[in-house]
Amino acid sequence: MARRRRAGPGVRAPGNRSSRILGGGGAGRSTLIAAVSTLVFFGILAYLVTSSPGWPEVRRSFFDGEVFGEALRDIAPRLLLNIKIFLIAEVFILVFGLGIALLRSLPGSVLFPFRLLAIAYTDFFRGVPTILVIYLFGFGVPALGLSGVPSSPFFWGVASLVLVYSAYVSEVYRAGIESVHPSQEAAARSLGLSRVKSLRFVVVPQAVRRVIPPLLNDFIGLQKDTALVALIGPVEAFRQSQIEVASKFDYTPYFATALMFVALTIPMARFTDWLAARQRRRMR
Amino acid sequence: MSAVELHGVRKSFGSEEVLHGIDLEVGEHEVVCLIGASGSGKSTLLRCVNLLEPIDEGRILVGGEEVSAPGVDADRVRRGIGIVFQAFNLFPHMTVLRNVTLAPREVLKSPRAEAESQALELLGRFGLADRAGDYPDRLSGGQQQRVAIVRALAMRPQLMLLDEVTSALDPELVGEVLNVVRELAAGGMTMLIATHEMGFAREIASRVCFLDGGVILEQGPPEQIFSAPQEARTQQFLQRIVDAGRL
Repeated sequence: MARRRRAGPGVRAPGNRSSRILGGGGAGRSTLIAAVSTLVFFGILAYLVTSSPGWPEVRRSFFDGEVFGEALRDIAPRLLLNIKIFLIAEVFILVFGLGIALLRSLPGSVLFPFRLLAIAYTDFFRGVPTILVIYLFGFGVPALGLSGVPSSPFFWGVASLVLVYSAYVSEVYRAGIESVHPSQEAAARSLGLSRVKSLRFVVVPQAVRRVIPPLLNDFIGLQKDTALVALIGPVEAFRQSQIEVASKFDYTPYFATALMFVALTIPMARFTDWLAARQRRRMR
Repeated sequence: MSAVELHGVRKSFGSEEVLHGIDLEVGEHEVVCLIGASGSGKSTLLRCVNLLEPIDEGRILVGGEEVSAPGVDADRVRRGIGIVFQAFNLFPHMTVLRNVTLAPREVLKSPRAEAESQALELLGRFGLADRAGDYPDRLSGGQQQRVAIVRALAMRPQLMLLDEVTSALDPELVGEVLNVVRELAAGGMTMLIATHEMGFAREIASRVCFLDGGVILEQGPPEQIFSAPQEARTQQFLQRIVDAGRL
């Protein structure tokens, strides 16, 4: 009980510590008010949508129950490819992102070119739309015909996502590294630890703990961006839904795919919330 | 041979010169206390000795070696010098035991079992044996500062630098930390101590140095500095301390 009370916002805590979702006030009364207001709000919304002139047509072509069932059956296996793409990409992004962040926080004027390179990299890949990166690498590099360079669209799709997201994630890491007070590094150095060992044992572990929530937030973005890889060939969930839509003249498969992506990201989103809440508790 | 020698040390931060030419010698087993107002350069002096701050001019010798010379491996020099900071600076993501064993294991390459048994012995000596598995935020300020001292001692330094180690503590926790320092002094540890605890300086110091505006204005045995200071600035400083009821 005591544990749950301390759970913080976002978690329905019983008793007088009401959650952020339900708002403040006394527990019983505020729950009732919240329920009534929710019913009224969504009731009005449903009425507005279903009473619109185009609704019968939209319902037929977007929310066809039979097509929905079929679409789920056909598309769900394809979602495995999306999962495979982001699981592979995440591993590389975590490593590259940290590498770039560390390059950028190197001291000394001799290492300036490396810092410059890291800055140019993050500026470029955060600036270029992901879809363009996927086109450029997915069609451009295989077209060069270099021997030993993979030409599979899957490879270049994953590589593009790694390139783009490593730029974002390196900035997250860098913010974490800079948030560790310089006195921590001074303490480590004063014990005789080298700069590299100070980073490895003292600065980076603290930085990573602090940035886990924003890091996971980026990964939620990555999960849905896996759909962009479809544009250079691989048949993942989104591409499969396009095929279904084209063959059935019905948009329901899009709706089904959207729901599947949401279902995929919700566990990660709740996990992120939970981690963030736990961190707030620990910081007190 | 002196444990530490400073000759004409100057240090600036930007356009502001904090140390205006410091000459100081600390003999083996000597306990030298640096007193003076905040901003007089006490902390900077200690950080310079530990090479945490590069000096602009002058020379610093530790154990006869000129450590301020170009090309000296600062990591190697720091191994032999323990420093304890005002704000403890324990590593919050590590247990007390890991805080203490990190440097022996990663720098001295001590085997884990050996590093841990040595750490537990040191922790036990200062009444911290039962806190070895705790994280620093579970400890009181006094306990944290004692862990910080143990962490520095685990490297078996020849010299300890203490930078206002009781200034961040609640008054009732000051004593337990000062007891640790007393014990170190009794054991013959060479120490350079920046402090605002005048009573303690008077009791423990073999010599007291009064810093004012980046120079050592006056130094001598504690009885002389506290009872018969020669310089007007020293007299003023001590009078303010007396007026504040701190001496």
